[in-house]
Amino acid sequence: MSKKTLVTGVIGADVHAVGNRILALSLEEAGYNVVNLGVMVSQEEFVNAAVETKADAIVVSSLYGHGEIDCQGLREKCDEAGLKGIFLLAGGNLVVGKQDFTEVEKRYKAMGFDRAYPPGTTLETTISELRSLLGA
Amino acid sequence: MRYLAVDFGSTFTKVTAIDSTEARILGTANAFTTITTDVMEGFTNALNELHAHIGEFRYEKLLCCSSAAGGLAMVAVGLVPDLTAKAARMAAEGAGAKVIKTFAYELSAEEQQEIYDINPDIVLLCGGTDGGNQEVITANAKLLAEIDRNFSIIVAGNKSAVRDMEASLQASGKRYVITKNVMPTFGKLDIEPAQTCIRDIFIERIIDAKGLSKVQEMTEFPIIPTPLAVLKGCELLSTGTKTSPGIGDFMAVDMGGATTDVYSMAKGSPTRDNVLLKGLPEPYAKRTVEGDLGMRYSLRFLMEAVGVENVAETAGVAPEAVAAWVAKCTANPETIAPENSEERRIDEALAHWGIAESVRRHCGTMETAFTPMGEVYVLAGKDMSATTAVVGVGGVLKNSSNPAAILAGAAATPRTMAMGSMLPESPQYMLDKRYIFSAMGLLSQADPETALTIMKQEISSLSEAPHGN
Repeated sequence: MSKKTLVTGVIGADVHAVGNRILALSLEEAGYNVVNLGVMVSQEEFVNAAVETKADAIVVSSLYGHGEIDCQGLREKCDEAGLKGIFLLAGGNLVVGKQDFTEVEKRYKAMGFDRAYPPGTTLETTISELRSLLGA
Repeated sequence: MRYLAVDFGSTFTKVTAIDSTEARILGTANAFTTITTDVMEGFTNALNELHAHIGEFRYEKLLCCSSAAGGLAMVAVGLVPDLTAKAARMAAEGAGAKVIKTFAYELSAEEQQEIYDINPDIVLLCGGTDGGNQEVITANAKLLAEIDRNFSIIVAGNKSAVRDMEASLQASGKRYVITKNVMPTFGKLDIEPAQTCIRDIFIERIIDAKGLSKVQEMTEFPIIPTPLAVLKGCELLSTGTKTSPGIGDFMAVDMGGATTDVYSMAKGSPTRDNVLLKGLPEPYAKRTVEGDLGMRYSLRFLMEAVGVENVAETAGVAPEAVAAWVAKCTANPETIAPENSEERRIDEALAHWGIAESVRRHCGTMETAFTPMGEVYVLAGKDMSATTAVVGVGGVLKNSSNPAAILAGAAATPRTMAMGSMLPESPQYMLDKRYIFSAMGLLSQADPETALTIMKQEISSLSEAPHGN
């Protein structure tokens, strides 16, 4: 079985580069083929990269609090581009201020995301959940 | 050593006599290309013309390039427009082809028909990174195979899809080759293998199809597409040889009757701080062709693209006069504007704006993004703002009394800057008066040192041009 492919990047006008880099390296170490788009990635760039590489999941980072606005419509764009059933995950500082994360998660799931992670989620958590989602 | 460089163009066959021991051009001449009967006729006529200028000239080696009979017409097919479709186009243009159209995603029935109508020499089929999307390229291979035209297909896409494609390609009876993926991993380009295939097919098949086999028999050097020869000449002038330095970064513009070619020799790295790079990496020696920006056959489209008011203002005439001139040239592409006439002013204004548009499409764009962390610049494509020279090649520029004013179309203006186009900000203008780039590109295969020396002498600097559009 060939490696599963993940597209990673920091969405929107967000320039926080370090966490995403660490995430990408860890995912690579965990045996994934990682297409890291870096910072300030638009929804279109995520979709285009996933189409060309036939990615299994898109792992979106957002650190600057505007993630919810930036992530709206990503699922619809994936559907439009024929990326049926691609897994969408988001993590970082997804919203501004201290909000109840179960609510935040609910809103992300309503947007079509399969997983949304609160600040402080460990890399191990993400990787083990990816394994169960992707079966590898 | 005495070389003869020959360029079989769509209209003219141009010959250049070179003496490499003295490192100089002995003379140039041209005659009408005679592709419909026998190209040798035009070649002999041009040679006789040369003899009339410089006396008897016996060459020891013959070097040839050709853009006759429509040049090397190609269609590029990819998956995502900004990714493999763009990479396919870039590969084909860098190999000297005229890319008539670029297609993305699975081809529709209309697009199949369009390719049938274009009747290209070669289709470059790309799509998917290695191990990435297979469905689209596989489907497109089948759809291309169905088209009842005798084009060659170069497959340079997802390697994992090749097995599934071969059956339909074989059944089609078309010539096809499979080479390395133009984008093997995301965002990384590997276009040389595809370009080598384009060159090989040009030599094996196209030369014969365009009636140039007799010429090929006369020379040990392969006949190459003219734009590729120009690109080689530009690259040599920019980067130099093992022993002699080149002139560094520059751009060149070659404006013809049907198309405008733009060349940039530069890395195009950002010239300011805090810049984020987006999009595909671009080659150091980059060529683009604008099929809708030419001075005769496509003049109508040029006027539409640049705006009739802009042209009228530059020429100092009424917009109606511009429209009338364009209509006249479209009806009769042989039309030549008399010197010092209003028509000449209009023609030169059209050339100025055509160059502005083609250079704008070639260069990258810099956008300002406002982030909570402050201002960030996002660069897509090449930043050519610090480029110090723009070279005009042949054509309209050669015959103008003020070529620098036409070439000034390539320079940045307050408006292009506001739009984020990274055009040369204060370039010096130069002219390749005798159209030697292609000849020197050809000579670079045999004697790069001499070719560089001659170019440095021949490509002359023009006096300061008035700025501003």
